[in-house]
Amino acid sequence: MANNISALNNNKSPSAQVQLQASLKTSKWSLLKNQKQLVFMSVPLLIYILLFSYAPIWGWLMAFQNYKPAKSFFNQKWVGLQQFEYLFKDEAFIRDFVNTLCMSVINLVLSFVTAIILALLLNEIKNMFFKRTIQTISYLPHFLSWIIVCGIVSTCLSTEGGIVNEVLMALGIIDSPVLWLSEGKYFWGIVGAANVWKELGWNTIIYIAAIASIDPAQYEAAEMDGAGRFRKMWNVTLPGIKSTIIILLIMNIGRVMDAGFEIQYILGNGLVSDWSETIDIYVLKYGIKQFNYSLATAAGIIRSVISIVLLFAANFVAKKLGEERLI
Amino acid sequence: MNIKRKQLKIEDVLFNTFNAAFMLVLAIVTLYPFINTIAVSFNDGLDTIRGGIYLWPRIFSLQNYKAVFFSGTVYNAFFVSIARTVLSTVLNLFLTTMLSYTLSRKEYVLRKPITIICVLTMYFNAGLIPNYFLIKGLGLLNNFWVYVIPTLISAFNMVVIRTYICSIPESLIESARIDGAGDFRIFLKVIFPLCKPCLATIALFVAVGSWNAWFDTFIYCSSKQELSTLQYELMKLLSSTSNANANPAMAAGVGANSQASSSLVTPLSIRAAITIVAAMPIIVVYPFLQKYFIVGLNVGSVKE
Repeated sequence: MANNISALNNNKSPSAQVQLQASLKTSKWSLLKNQKQLVFMSVPLLIYILLFSYAPIWGWLMAFQNYKPAKSFFNQKWVGLQQFEYLFKDEAFIRDFVNTLCMSVINLVLSFVTAIILALLLNEIKNMFFKRTIQTISYLPHFLSWIIVCGIVSTCLSTEGGIVNEVLMALGIIDSPVLWLSEGKYFWGIVGAANVWKELGWNTIIYIAAIASIDPAQYEAAEMDGAGRFRKMWNVTLPGIKSTIIILLIMNIGRVMDAGFEIQYILGNGLVSDWSETIDIYVLKYGIKQFNYSLATAAGIIRSVISIVLLFAANFVAKKLGEERLI
Repeated sequence: MNIKRKQLKIEDVLFNTFNAAFMLVLAIVTLYPFINTIAVSFNDGLDTIRGGIYLWPRIFSLQNYKAVFFSGTVYNAFFVSIARTVLSTVLNLFLTTMLSYTLSRKEYVLRKPITIICVLTMYFNAGLIPNYFLIKGLGLLNNFWVYVIPTLISAFNMVVIRTYICSIPESLIESARIDGAGDFRIFLKVIFPLCKPCLATIALFVAVGSWNAWFDTFIYCSSKQELSTLQYELMKLLSSTSNANANPAMAAGVGANSQASSSLVTPLSIRAAITIVAAMPIIVVYPFLQKYFIVGLNVGSVKE
């Protein structure tokens, strides 16, 4: 449209241009009038999105106040960055921050490595029925809630006939049942293992789709050159799914501050809280339970800002490396 | 030459055997906890404590399920869970598809701004406390609709459905328009029915998400027992029994309301029974929808 105007600009007088712009404007309005039904179908939903996703951003102002529920929003005391200062001095917050980071890096590495290996191995199965059956079984846990998974985890780790203790004792690795869920040093490992158990199969879907789109001629050429099975995996399949891996990596790096909430909340207890508490639990504890809304909002903001910065940073690095980007 | 080929074959056989064995182990590790939980849930409560229940109940009993279903709270929570799942799936699918259709119309003047506003919501979240204040401000605290209203539109699903709609031949829409159908009619009679394969996948995701949700119950409705959901009841049980390892009060609460003699019911068994009740709808529906979600995911992986 701008092109049209500038083109006309060259051979028409200024007054004609004004008229034209006016008529363009009216034509846009009349277009909109003709699209009444589309407007009725989409604008209420737009308002809904603005209300539920954008309006709450207003609440971020609370982080710069000392919010007291009894007073109205405008009568609150403004305290600047005091809440943030408090957070960075609070040992519990630092500890939760470290826990969040460590658990999510463990989850990230474990889930990437295991999913890629499983996708490669599944790809080697020639019997379609067997392959489909294994895939169907391995996707199933993805659809179960974390509550159910936590129930299963605590049953398996229980000291009264839990399968993990029984197997380890039968193998002679331990002499007596271990209280897995009462010792902090095991907690990160348990979270990582539970994550792998739940999401392993599901995470392979996208890699299997990517592997299927690799040109078979590449495998044939590699075979001609005398490449064996592992050589083909390493030199054909992995480079073939590299861009998929990088896209997923960027998306997941944006979610590093999101170590999951449910498993830590449900399986965590007083004995392991030094290892299990994450920023989300911190927000919940101070915000909803102790009514310290400003502090909790500030903690939430730190988390969001770090996520967004990481997302853009990963995206930028991928761009520099000449890889595909997410945004 | 011959010998070399033979060696290669032995290698292949070894690899394939190892691979198949690994897959079998994986399948067992995935399925065993379910089978074990099912076995525990059908086993006599006091007998379970002795341990040694693996794949099959030792003393078969329906006591645990009776305790679960005769207790008013779980029974009620089951129906709240079903109601919220059905309502939010139906409404979410209809409204998200409607929005996707309008945003797939290239001639629509507001297409671009609305698309940007919608897609941006995927990348940020106001956070727990601001959202809590919004829900409170709208009067949705301790209200059944808090399960449905905040999840009516999903930006990611919108992108997936829009991609699918764009693959529908334009001529179908054109011919409907020549027959005098307006946009709403076209959406309802042409587009919506044609989106079925894609919507089956989305429906599975939305329904599973809604069925599995407990955090909204916990945050927004925890003071109203009749709005409790199945997952939340299970959560309460879990955090009271497994964590402290010593506080079976909650589980006893479930058992105590029952007509079944509660002395036979233990927290462990009750938990197993509720786990199965909560997982069953998904396990039953899952094999039927399985073939769809592969298709749907492939649709989703094609960007724009």
